Amino acid sequence: MSGLFANNALDVEEQASEWLERRQFSSWTAQDKAALDAWLAQSLAHEIAFLRLEAGWDRTERLAALRPSVSARPVLARLRNMRGRLAGFAAAIVLMAGLGSVGFHYLSAPSEHVFTTALGEQRTITLGDGSVIELNTGTVLRTRIGRNERYAELVRGEAFFNIVHEGKRPFTVDVAKHRVIDLGTKFLIRKNPNRLEVALIEGRAELKSADPEIQQHSVLLTPGDVAVASVSSLSVERATAREISNTLAWQKGVIVFNNTTLADAAAEFNRYNSRKIVIADPDIAGQAIYGTFQAGNVTAFARLAQDVLGLHVENRDRQIVISR
Amino acid sequence: MVEGMDNHRDMAHSQGAHVNAPEVRLWFVREVLPLEAALMQFLQHNWRNQSDIFDLRQEVYMRVYKSALEGLPERPRQFVFATARNLLIDCVRRANIVPIEAVADLEALETAADMPGPDRVTQGRDELRHLQAALDRLPPQCRQTVVLGRIEGLSRREISERMGIAEQTVAKYLARGMRTLVNILYSEAPSVRRPE
Repeated sequence: MSGLFANNALDVEEQASEWLERRQFSSWTAQDKAALDAWLAQSLAHEIAFLRLEAGWDRTERLAALRPSVSARPVLARLRNMRGRLAGFAAAIVLMAGLGSVGFHYLSAPSEHVFTTALGEQRTITLGDGSVIELNTGTVLRTRIGRNERYAELVRGEAFFNIVHEGKRPFTVDVAKHRVIDLGTKFLIRKNPNRLEVALIEGRAELKSADPEIQQHSVLLTPGDVAVASVSSLSVERATAREISNTLAWQKGVIVFNNTTLADAAAEFNRYNSRKIVIADPDIAGQAIYGTFQAGNVTAFARLAQDVLGLHVENRDRQIVISR
Repeated sequence: MVEGMDNHRDMAHSQGAHVNAPEVRLWFVREVLPLEAALMQFLQHNWRNQSDIFDLRQEVYMRVYKSALEGLPERPRQFVFATARNLLIDCVRRANIVPIEAVADLEALETAADMPGPDRVTQGRDELRHLQAALDRLPPQCRQTVVLGRIEGLSRREISERMGIAEQTVAKYLARGMRTLVNILYSEAPSVRRPE
C-alpha cells in the first residue's frame, strides 16, 4: 500500500520529541520559542504531534513521586556512578528493589518545579495529586509538592487553580505578601504590579496577609468573592456569575470587556501581545467599551476603536496608537 | 495576519474557525488522546499494512482536530471512530486494490465506537505504578537519563556530567525516552493491562 502515505508520522513524532526535550532539559530562549512556533505553524501534523507528546509527558510528572527518600540516597548515589549496559541493568534491579522496600516513603522528598509561560502563551499543568493549574500569559509559578505539603508561589502573572482537596495536605499559594489556603477549591489568582486579585469560583479558601500594615489579616472566601489587595489594603467584593465567567474567558483564548475603560482594555491586550496599544489621548482613556476579543487579535480591537468609536488609529511598527 | 504574530501557535490553523485553538487543544487532550489505545487497535484490525498505522493515526487526528475547530463534536468517541472508519474507506478507494466488498464491510463497522473504553480516570497509585512499569521497559541508558531528568530534575548538561556521556547523546536518549514513555502510556490503558 505504499504511495498512499508519505510515511512521515514517525519522523514528525521524532522531531516533536526533540523540541520537547530541548524545551524541558536545555536552556530555552525567546529565539528557541520562536523557532518552535515556526515549526508548529508549518503543519497541523506538527502541532498535533507536539500537543500529544506534551500532554503525555505532563502525565509522567507523577514519576517525580518516585524520588527516593533521604534514607535511600546511597542507593541512588551508586546508581549515578554506574555505567554501561550491565550497570544499567543492575541499576534497574537495585532501583526496583529499592522502591519495593522504600514503599510509601516515595513522597517524602518534595519535588520542586518552575513553570513559565511567555507573552501570549498559555499552559495547563496537571500535578501528581490530580490538581490542575492553568497558567495565563507571562506567568511564573513555582511548585513544591511533598508528602506533607503542597505549596506553590505565583511569582508573577495569572493562574487558575483547580485543586483536589486533601484534608491532611492543604494546598497553599503564596503571592506577594499574601497566602491563599485552599479548603477544596477552584480559584483564580492574578498578580498585577500594584494589585492582587483572588477570585473564588467553587468551594472555600482562606486568604491571609503576612503584611502587618494591612488591617484585615484573614478572610474566608466563598464562591463569587473577589478579594482585592493593594499595597495597603485588603477588601472583598462580590462578583456576579457573569463577571466571574468574563474573568475566566482567557481559558478560552478570549478577553471580555464589559463597561471596561479604554485604558484598562488596552492594558489587558498588552498583557498578551508584544505589539502594544497606546492610548495617546487622556480624554478618551475613560471611555467605556464592551465586547469579546481574541486575546491575540490587536487589530480587531483597533478596528473597533476606529469604526465604532470613531477614534484615530495609527499603526506603527511595534505600537498601535489610538487618539481622538 | 500581523495580529497573530504573538499567538502564532493559536492563530496559525484557525482561519475561519468557530472554536478557539486553545479550547480545541484542551478538548483534544481531554477527550481524544485517551482513546488512542482503542483507536490503534481499531486501525490495526482493519488495515493490512501495519507500516501505515502511524500515518493513519496522524491523519485521523488531523481530521478530528480540523472538525473540532468548526465545532466540538458532542460525542467525541463516536466521532473519532467514525472519522477513522471514513478514512479507511477513503484509503481503500484511493488504493484501488481491494475489492469493493471491503468497503461495504468497513461501512458496516459500527461496533468500534461501542467498544468498551479504558478507564479514563486512573487515580494516584495506579497511574504511578503504570508509569513505573513503562519506565522499566526503556533501554537501560535511556531509562537512566529519564530517571535523572524526570525524577531527579537534572538538566541535560548535569545528566551528561553524571553519566559521563556527551550532551548530544543525552539529548538523543531523553527524546527517545520521552517518545517511548508517552507511547506506552497512550497505547495501554491500565485497566486492560495484563496482570503482573
